[in-house]
Amino acid sequence: MFSNQIRYTIMDELECAGFGHYGGSLSIVELLAVLYGEVIDATPENVNNIDRDYVVLSKGHSGPGLYATLALKGFFPMDWLKTLNKNGTNLPSHPDKNLTPGVDVTTGSLGQGVSVATGIAYGKKAIHSKGNVFAIVGDGELNEGQAWEAIQFASAKKLDNFILYIDWNKKQNDGWSDEVSKSGTFEEKLNSFGFFTQMVDGASVEEILSATHKALRVHDRPACIVLNTTKGQGIKFLENMENNHHIRPDESMMKELKKAKEELKALLD
Amino acid sequence: MSAEELKKVYTDTVVDLALENDDVFVVESDLSASIGTWSRRDELKEKFVNVGIMEAQGVGVSAGLSTINLYPFYHTFAAFATRRVFDQLMVSLAYSKNYGTILGSDPGICAVTNGGTHMCFEDLALVTAIPNIVVYDVSEPIQMREILKDNYNKKQLSYIRSSRKAFSNKLDDADFNLEQGYSLLKKGNDLTIFVSGILCEDALEAANALDAEGYSVEVIELFRIKPVNEDIIINAAKKGPIVTLDNHNINGGLGSAVANVVSEKYPQIVKKIGVQDKFGQVGTIPYLKEQYGLTAKHIIMRCKELLVD
Repeated sequence: MFSNQIRYTIMDELECAGFGHYGGSLSIVELLAVLYGEVIDATPENVNNIDRDYVVLSKGHSGPGLYATLALKGFFPMDWLKTLNKNGTNLPSHPDKNLTPGVDVTTGSLGQGVSVATGIAYGKKAIHSKGNVFAIVGDGELNEGQAWEAIQFASAKKLDNFILYIDWNKKQNDGWSDEVSKSGTFEEKLNSFGFFTQMVDGASVEEILSATHKALRVHDRPACIVLNTTKGQGIKFLENMENNHHIRPDESMMKELKKAKEELKALLD
Repeated sequence: MSAEELKKVYTDTVVDLALENDDVFVVESDLSASIGTWSRRDELKEKFVNVGIMEAQGVGVSAGLSTINLYPFYHTFAAFATRRVFDQLMVSLAYSKNYGTILGSDPGICAVTNGGTHMCFEDLALVTAIPNIVVYDVSEPIQMREILKDNYNKKQLSYIRSSRKAFSNKLDDADFNLEQGYSLLKKGNDLTIFVSGILCEDALEAANALDAEGYSVEVIELFRIKPVNEDIIINAAKKGPIVTLDNHNINGGLGSAVANVVSEKYPQIVKKIGVQDKFGQVGTIPYLKEQYGLTAKHIIMRCKELLVD
């Protein structure tokens, strides 16, 4: 399964780097598998053609997840993954469209990517360009006021070529999201903003795919899919860890992570 | 020469560009009625994008348009176009290598009765710290018109600050040179005043008064703040002392741009006239010029400190 390949590749990539954003990279693995495996038409060959689908990873700290996916899809050599965050790399922590083939928008300063994504969606509609814009935001990222500016804009301009995925993994850098900032119920909020909103199990490729197909059939308004996910998704050791946003594993932790990676490897073989 | 409102010149130029070119978009944050593009929104149709009172979104949408090779002209007041969205300008536009023109209207004392919250004395300090952005302080119709067209033709990222009021061109059209980034407004040998934006007339009034007293003062309008024309600054430094005049904080404005060149390339005294690290306030233009020491009288006084009898 593509999701297992992505998850294994992320674990290998972050093991090489020795540290990184494990939690949020792993919670969007099934979404990345659906988008790049089943839905979008972006390929290494058509990156310069604007009449294609765009993916905006607004939660830029999940860059390692996106890089693993892009490498598996042939946007750049798999070897590059070993250079994550190394001096002179093409793969910095946060995605840079001018460094990495397949990255559509430079992100990392939270809240900005989703704004840029709505600009792309607006422009595409205005010039009758084909393709949709898929934006991925974190629940923690939705602390940022700018994200809500983008949500209002998408609804006001009836951007039915815009699909917003909320990675509801319930945690952010400093702990539980609901303790840091009361965000309310995303499903209700997005509905009230005028989005066609669905909530799915973010660990289920089938549910994400079916919701995405439904969202693509919506007219005259944007769509939102809230992904009920777990930070560190798919790696039990990480799911159970309290602070798993950015991890610098010690020796014993690394042993556990390597074990988990090997278990994934066995699934792939 | 007849005066034209700079807001009308902006509106007419960007709307004409948008009607002539499929890739030009006009982006506003609920101040389109203040700059004038609102009156032509029906012609622009979907190319007129009013995002609402959301400046971060205005910059984000502009960056999104640029991502798919469309050229945005985004306008709001200077305070909101810069200090409110500095990270968005830096990351979504400049660092991402996106392009577009940002017009910050009513910079500095041009904010008049909107007062301190709107009176931006730091926009140049902020935007000149962004790599690869071209920065202008506009004072006349020909500058506004030619800069907007040039930004689009070169597909460059540019920040323009400008009053919305009526001004006349200061030179004959044939003498205006956009590429060199400055206009020689008055020749002189003893001292050079560098000025930009709405203070050009005050600099000229001061220089003419000093000439009447037997001095010889040159006035150069440095309308492109970044990249600044170093040669004209070095030439001035070779001739004698320099005075700069800023509708901006003395930290990070035109005066700083000139002093940066002089200190490294040809050390010479530079006196900076401008807002002496103060906040804005409500007032008319003459009142505010008096409050911040930007009148011809103040300029004459500072020049005389440098001129030898």
